[in-house]
Amino acid sequence: MKRLLVLGAGTAGTMAANRLRKRLADDEWTITVVDARSEHHYQPGYLFIPFGTYQPDDIVKPTAPLLADGIDFVIGDIDRVATDADTVVLSDGTRLGYDQLIIATGTHPRRDQTDGLDSDEYGSTVHDFYTLEGATALADKLAEWPGGRLVVNIVEMPIKCPVAPLEFMFLADAFFTDKQMRDKVELVYVTPLDGAFTKPVAAEHLGSMLDSRTIELECDFMTMEVDTERKMLVSYDEREVPYDLLVTVPVNMGADFVERSGLGDELNHVEVDKHTFLADGHDNVFALGDAANLPTSKAGSVAHYAVDVFIDNFVEHIAGRPMTGRFDGHANCFVESGNGKGLLLDFNYDVEPLPGKFPVPVVGPFSLLKETRANHLGKLGFRWIYWNMLLPGRPIPMKADMSMAGKQLQDVAP
Amino acid sequence: MSTTTTIAGHEVHVDDEGFMTEYDEWTEELAPELAAAIGISELTDDHWEAIRFLRADFAEQDETATLRRVAKIGGIPTKKLFGLFPKKPAKKMAYIAGLPKPHGCV
Repeated sequence: MKRLLVLGAGTAGTMAANRLRKRLADDEWTITVVDARSEHHYQPGYLFIPFGTYQPDDIVKPTAPLLADGIDFVIGDIDRVATDADTVVLSDGTRLGYDQLIIATGTHPRRDQTDGLDSDEYGSTVHDFYTLEGATALADKLAEWPGGRLVVNIVEMPIKCPVAPLEFMFLADAFFTDKQMRDKVELVYVTPLDGAFTKPVAAEHLGSMLDSRTIELECDFMTMEVDTERKMLVSYDEREVPYDLLVTVPVNMGADFVERSGLGDELNHVEVDKHTFLADGHDNVFALGDAANLPTSKAGSVAHYAVDVFIDNFVEHIAGRPMTGRFDGHANCFVESGNGKGLLLDFNYDVEPLPGKFPVPVVGPFSLLKETRANHLGKLGFRWIYWNMLLPGRPIPMKADMSMAGKQLQDVAP
Repeated sequence: MSTTTTIAGHEVHVDDEGFMTEYDEWTEELAPELAAAIGISELTDDHWEAIRFLRADFAEQDETATLRRVAKIGGIPTKKLFGLFPKKPAKKMAYIAGLPKPHGCV
């Protein structure tokens, strides 16, 4: 029997394991999935918890039932991958051998990387929303907060779901407006980027959405430390931004075992071929989803399209044939803009998000880069699709390659 | 968009923001003039350490190093880079080293 080992039971790992179980013969391949916890979180749902739209129960399910029959599930912390011995070593000393390895252990917020974020003020005047615990604590905070200066800061790029902090701003604006206390709240968005977003056309649209909501934008701000005594963000070029309530998006890093195993870049993301996800220097180690150092967004949507390409490639690879699929970086994501509306972004490695209609040109039903009710409903509906179609590996009628049909080209330099 | 311009007597290709687009067109003699163009009048040994790291790293990675990479792999602390290349060290280092502007992700 050959052994496929999948590290991580998040979006990418679960999808890959379930879809490969259908493609690999039971009497030829075992599939084992390893994860540190026994529950699966629908991570896009974290964003809605601080505003009371979702409760933790809405976005957490036990992992085991999400994995198809014929997949073994091991709960444990990973100590390292010994690539020279084709073995994964767990913290408790368990050794798991593999013929093929998929690393899908994601990327994670690391408050410990920035002075001040790991202080006693965490949970009091310093919060985050990229973990279930953080989002839940922030919900309690916002429910009773009397108002003041709310600052959202991105410490460093890349972060997973890079539009989520902007969505947080839009939802906060709507939340405080609903509570009839918007006049008591200053909203400030602090980013290391030179605009609201990374790509010019989307940055312009999203930037004007901040303007129209009277949300202050502080660009090119490289956070050096958070002075929790003076309640001040301090940048490397010695600018200061005061806050009453800080909602931070910490540095994101891949799992520490990636570094210990000599597979990572400076942020512990696995260095891979961006079209096939094969780890540099190995022919039986792949990395999928946020764990890989792909030059695109870290997001479940990217993982979904990437896995589409990966499955056929993997089957070719283990048969000793060249991998013929090439991932082009295509993905799309719904962006909540508050008040029951949302936007949709569609992009790949080379083409930035543009306005237009999706997936059917002119018709939609979704509008690219434009606030509509349909996009909001698309985002809320996606949670059902995630649990019931995406994770089990049922086909979704969207092709992996990006199409330019339906997009309006802009007069902006690439 | 790539056009050509003359730097230190050499004709080189640059993008519309002035970043050089051809790795091999850069030589160390171009660096002082590029630096002067963005307000850095003298390149010290510390500047050169960063520039040479960026050049060598690009040759391996085919991508301009981020500040974190220069700090972690190149061993030059971020705070120091802000001192050497004020305000926007990532862009300024890339500009002087004749490398593409570091790109953020989507």
